[in-house]
Amino acid sequence: MTTSRFSKTSKHTSQRLFTIGRPLARQTMLMITISVFGLLFIAWWFATTYGFIQPIFIPSPQAVWQRLIVLLENGTLISDIQASVYRIMVAFVISSIMSIIIGVLAGCFSVGRAIVEPLVDFIRYMPVVAFVPLTILWFGTGDEQKFIIIWIGTFFQQVLMVIDATKRVPPDFVGLGRTLGMSESKILFKIVIPSALPAIWDTLRISLGWAWTWLVVAELVAATSGLGYRILLSQRYFQTDTIIGYILILGLLGLVTDQVMRFLEKVLFRYNMRSK
Amino acid sequence: MATLTINHLHKSFTFGQHKREILTDVNLSIKDNEFVSVVGASGCGKSTLLSIIAGLEPYDSGEVLVDNNPIYAPGLDRGVVFQSYTLLPWLTVQKNIEFALKAAGYAKNESIEIAKDHLDLVNLSAFANVYPNQLSGGMKQRVALARAISYRPKILLMDEPFGALDAITRNQMQELLTKIWEQHRLTVLFITHDVEEAIYLSDRIILLSVKQKGIKSIFDVNQLRPRNKTTLSSTHFISLQEKILDEINQDID
Repeated sequence: MTTSRFSKTSKHTSQRLFTIGRPLARQTMLMITISVFGLLFIAWWFATTYGFIQPIFIPSPQAVWQRLIVLLENGTLISDIQASVYRIMVAFVISSIMSIIIGVLAGCFSVGRAIVEPLVDFIRYMPVVAFVPLTILWFGTGDEQKFIIIWIGTFFQQVLMVIDATKRVPPDFVGLGRTLGMSESKILFKIVIPSALPAIWDTLRISLGWAWTWLVVAELVAATSGLGYRILLSQRYFQTDTIIGYILILGLLGLVTDQVMRFLEKVLFRYNMRSK
Repeated sequence: MATLTINHLHKSFTFGQHKREILTDVNLSIKDNEFVSVVGASGCGKSTLLSIIAGLEPYDSGEVLVDNNPIYAPGLDRGVVFQSYTLLPWLTVQKNIEFALKAAGYAKNESIEIAKDHLDLVNLSAFANVYPNQLSGGMKQRVALARAISYRPKILLMDEPFGALDAITRNQMQELLTKIWEQHRLTVLFITHDVEEAIYLSDRIILLSVKQKGIKSIFDVNQLRPRNKTTLSSTHFISLQEKILDEINQDID
């Protein structure tokens, strides 16, 4: 690692930590991450245990933990996660496939861009929550309505980012294909798409985070199952322990999916690594 | 046989309401196995000329002929080495060359063999299974060169290929290119802003002018080959270099 060589040359720790762009050793990084989480947890524990905050507003970590165990044992937690994960998966996969196909075509062909870009730019500024009443009118309160809300929230952002990823394919790559006598469709499939793929993957990873948000929004308004539904239900009974527990679980699920996407990125696009 | 002929070529760009002439009445012919460089101040249209010959850029009027056949589109008869390397990052070095060969219609087994031979030619056999990201700039351009000649285009077009390299690597690349050119009898059109490089490599040097919007002068580098670094310091080379630089400077004022 280059870090150890650097650290010997600089005398002060502050100089070592606060130099722009200098990498940290993996262990130091991990230590800092754990410390931040640890400190926040201790603050929470301290404030609730010693009565600085009333448990009706923020319950203690112990209470949240116990509540989650109860919900896990009676199956509520699992069925809520299943319902939510199913909704997000279906909606996200549909949205991603659509945005990749439409985005790549619009990124390549000006005709496509003329059709798609102004429309998408317009729609993406419409507030997604404003579609909730409308979608309930159209589809009721079932899964389809959740799919639609997640789709509206993610597709229009995704498609613009995919267009951008496609446009950023170096023109010389396309020029190379042309000088090799390749047809437009071959250039599209053998050069443009593979070249744009890492940026498209990044788009998917980022938009998956938004999809989680829209899922909960959809479930909070009208649902009979899912993590968002449980949060709303708990509010009626002042079960703040359930609410906080579920919020933490949502954060955890988001973190896990993000890490999975990052891991797959490393596997799929190994060629972008500078060293092994 | 591989010759290139350009007759009465005109090219302009339109910026909003303005139409700007870049090349007017360019006439040029390159003989078989000739190495011709194009030099000129920035904005003289040398890269545009190369793109037109490659078939990547449309032109207003005139004709471009390869072996007396007019060309209208890019094709396998003209190989291009871009300044930006253009190695496909998701393919290994070996696969990058195979990619071109497959596009050129070679069978898979043949492609593998030819790619290996050409990696050997540019002394990169040891890096066959490495991804481009792990190569230095000079190595990348060697792969690009190997790829461009692997499928035997009639004419090799090089657009400031060594422009992004450091001086030492550039010298190595120039020597390598000369060696390959001598071995393989290539017809080359080479774009550069480096006059010394142009003299070292070429049989003829074309000077494009910003003011005249076309060819201002043509210099014959009638110096014996093979050349080495000492030929560069000969009086003939130095006076030629001064003459060309003078003309470029006149063009800038």
